[in-house]
Amino acid sequence: MVLPSVLQPLAGGQSFLTAPADTAVTVEGVLDVVTGEYPALSRRLRDETGAIRRYVNIYVNGNEIRRLQGLATEVSPGQEVLIIQSVAGG
Amino acid sequence: MGMATAESYVLAIGTKKGLWLATSPDRRDWSLSGPHFLMSEVPSIGIDTRDGRTRILVGVRSEHWGPTVFHSDDLGETWNEPEEGAIRFPEGTDAALERVWQIHPDAESRPGVVWAGCEPISVWKSTDGGEHFELNRGLWDHPHRAEWGAGYGGAAAHSIVVDHTGEKVHVAMSTGGVYRSLDGGSSWEPRNKGISAYFMPDPNPEFGQCVHKIAADAAVDGRLYAQNHHGVYRSDDDAESWESIAEGLPADFGFVMLTHPRRAGTAWVVPLKADGERIPPEGKLAVHRTDDAGASWKRLDDGLPGAEFNSVLRDAACVDAAEPAGVYFGTRGGTVYASADEGEHFAEVASHLPDVLCVRAAAVTPAFASGSAGPGAAVSA
Repeated sequence: MVLPSVLQPLAGGQSFLTAPADTAVTVEGVLDVVTGEYPALSRRLRDETGAIRRYVNIYVNGNEIRRLQGLATEVSPGQEVLIIQSVAGG
Repeated sequence: MGMATAESYVLAIGTKKGLWLATSPDRRDWSLSGPHFLMSEVPSIGIDTRDGRTRILVGVRSEHWGPTVFHSDDLGETWNEPEEGAIRFPEGTDAALERVWQIHPDAESRPGVVWAGCEPISVWKSTDGGEHFELNRGLWDHPHRAEWGAGYGGAAAHSIVVDHTGEKVHVAMSTGGVYRSLDGGSSWEPRNKGISAYFMPDPNPEFGQCVHKIAADAAVDGRLYAQNHHGVYRSDDDAESWESIAEGLPADFGFVMLTHPRRAGTAWVVPLKADGERIPPEGKLAVHRTDDAGASWKRLDDGLPGAEFNSVLRDAACVDAAEPAGVYFGTRGGTVYASADEGEHFAEVASHLPDVLCVRAAAVTPAFASGSAGPGAAVSA
């Protein structure tokens, strides 16, 4: 999973987090694994109901997951999950 | 960092795009540092000076990354955030924290107790100095909750007033009105008799008022003051009934209600012309103070600009506990003013900041260490 620079301090300075997987897993499963050690990072991406924050965009294979199956979108082994903040605010 | 031993003052300024800290040896000459939490709004600040420690608690909210609470025990040099979050809706509530509107350190006699008021409308209590808060279930499960609404700025439990016993608690929310607990927060009843909700079909409902801020009289037990969405009120009976004290003010709209830290009968408001015209009356900004519990008001504008069209939000004003009391406020135009003499004279502390959402001031020992913004500036909140 690729993190924007602004979130990297919350992942021990890492820009890239990996989740071991032999078969396809969901985005939710990936998030659970990679943010498990970093609860402050987890809270930046999802609120306490588990919902992705409104202006957090998650891409799998170049597609934003809200246009796919949301958190249930499948990620194949080796595939990248991109976290990008949306263009918002003023 | 050099530590002086003399007492000094800190003024924390929460804005739409970050936190600034101003420090002063005398409440007249201020030096400003910041921003901390750049690009995140800071809608709430609590300065907790109990227990020989100065802890600055801030509610921080990023449009992207959501709300959280940070605290600093070294006056902004470093900031800490409990990993799991200080305020988290428990499982089963199906709710998520949107914004922390209020952080209220409790009385000297209850060190460690800090209250928070949040959006969605909820009240929280910490017993560990604000590191972890517990949801007040009595208010959360109140049968009225589904009927509480959101004002223009969002649904807010924005005022929390706790008496010396800790048993009597008043909460004010926009919109919903004033609710009172006599059992330390276990159960709650609306207490809005006499407060008009002119914008509702029944202008005198049991609840639903859009109260903007309440504050307790420092020395008269049972006396409260309220700045309402039109209407300035006083209660002398723990909110059983409210009566208007707006006569003598240039307008009865506004957001601010401050009371003196010690003296009976003294309160401050910052009138705005009207709901539909949220500017200082005639474009002339002024604070108004009563010293007789609202029977009369004195206009205070020495040191304030001749023309000012920005409003002052509900928590963008505060008093300190010094003698004489200091009065502080900031505008949505990003100017912050301070008075070291209860509002008789104001001086500009900062200008051209983002919209000021909240200010809090306190005397601190040891003196604030001068320097640039601490690591908070680099923390992604």
